Amino acid sequence: MHRFANPTQFMRIANAIYPWVAGLAVILFVVGLPIALVTSPPDYQQGQTVRIMYIHVSSAWLMMMIYGIVAGGSAAFLIWRHPMANLVAKASAPMGAIFTGLALITGMLWGQPMWGTFWVWDARLTSTLILFFLYLGYIALNDAFEDSERGDRAAAILALVGSVNLPIIHFSVEWWNTLHQPSIMKLSGDGVKSSVDGAILLPLFLMMGAFTMYYLAVLVLRLRSELLAAKIRNARMSQVAVDAAVGQPAE
Amino acid sequence: MDAILNYLNMDGYAAWVWPAYGLATVALVGILVQTRRTLKTREREFETLKSSRRGGQA
Amino acid sequence: MSVFTSILARDLRLAIRQSADSLTVVAFFAIATVLFPFGVGPEANVLARIAGGVVWVTALLAALLSLDRLFTVDFEDGTLDQLVLSGEPLSFIVLGKVVAHWLTTGVPLIIMSPILAVTLHLPAEGYLPLMLALLLGTPTVSLVGAVGAALVLGTRRGGVLLSLLVLPLYIPVLIFGTAAVEAALTGVSATPMLSVLGGFAVLALTLCPWATAAALRQAVE
Repeated sequence: MHRFANPTQFMRIANAIYPWVAGLAVILFVVGLPIALVTSPPDYQQGQTVRIMYIHVSSAWLMMMIYGIVAGGSAAFLIWRHPMANLVAKASAPMGAIFTGLALITGMLWGQPMWGTFWVWDARLTSTLILFFLYLGYIALNDAFEDSERGDRAAAILALVGSVNLPIIHFSVEWWNTLHQPSIMKLSGDGVKSSVDGAILLPLFLMMGAFTMYYLAVLVLRLRSELLAAKIRNARMSQVAVDAAVGQPAE
Repeated sequence: MDAILNYLNMDGYAAWVWPAYGLATVALVGILVQTRRTLKTREREFETLKSSRRGGQA
Repeated sequence: MSVFTSILARDLRLAIRQSADSLTVVAFFAIATVLFPFGVGPEANVLARIAGGVVWVTALLAALLSLDRLFTVDFEDGTLDQLVLSGEPLSFIVLGKVVAHWLTTGVPLIIMSPILAVTLHLPAEGYLPLMLALLLGTPTVSLVGAVGAALVLGTRRGGVLLSLLVLPLYIPVLIFGTAAVEAALTGVSATPMLSVLGGFAVLALTLCPWATAAALRQAVE
């Protein structure tokens, strides 16, 4: 485990897998998109709108996976002080927020023709919305400090607090939903479950795979970027120190 | 031609299906472009910082 | 334990000396609640329908407003550094401060709530559940809020950031708090919802002081 704490080691592995995940992402999109958009048949219940589900569920999957990664990375950072774990969390969070937003918007675009309204306070949609705010809080806290290390630690604690709260929030929202909407419509999940046939599963899995590989590939790029930012900061700081020692004014 | 139009119409759900895919494309391409751009600027910044430092020490 | 009581006594003394702070929070609670009739109209049945929820939401916002200052004074004058370095168990220090915060803001809000509920035409059977729900729910609000208050120490836009961090975490308390009032109004027992609120409070009591302590430690590091 500690092997991965070393940035050089970690990036060696990350850079080695980069061409594979990037290539797989391209292949899965090239194969999956035509199947999702053209060749797969419309669903017998949802018609052509089932095609929205392929990206909706993929976004929702990434939004949950990335929150897990953010929380796990934050825990590893706080417990073992792994700098790379923190960088993974920090680089992933904005993507998690965007995929949560995408899940929400595609959910609305799917909901309008299915339920006749863009928004229902359905348990899933509501929990997703709350998760979106948790992501925003993490990102906002992370860059609220002038000292970036403090931002890292504060945001990591927040991510853990959030992950403890998520099940409680989900349970509460679920209960609240049954209280106020006695099972008029519970679609977002059931639509998927009720129509588990291969014609839908194949494009769904292809798109989920494509999204996941895309995330991993972009994550490697973002990690490189974050490490460079840290190096630039260090170089600047030592430059200032050198200038101060020599007696020259720092620029 | 009719087949294509028919397909694009998505049985009347065109207004929901295509924006969903459009937004997904914008999001995915947007993240990638933004990530690559910051990476490139930081690489350049790091290079100039390194070379200026080497110049300073010489 | 002695550190808990001494911190509690100290913070209470400070709060009494600056009692205007607590009063401001209560005043905010009142004015925010009073805005709703202007927003939705003065019809008694509409107001009665939303009274429980309105009181809960404004109470949460009022508590949030006061949380901003929970640690900032000690952080700025260096007391916090001394407390962290004192070697005393930090979670007990936190608990002392949170209990003091609850006594000086949570309790006044609970006392004020029936008066505001009257202006919203809350039916008679709703008052006891509302106050009990606030009694069981506001400790969680203070405890969870303390984590957020500790996390935003030293940021430029502390208050606004605090609300972004903490409000989503208040949703479960809000759900069960208003459900308790609603249950009583529909003639159902409010006990299950109150028990859940009690459960939240116990959970927050075991986890939050510890998380707050961790947040404070990294803030002064």
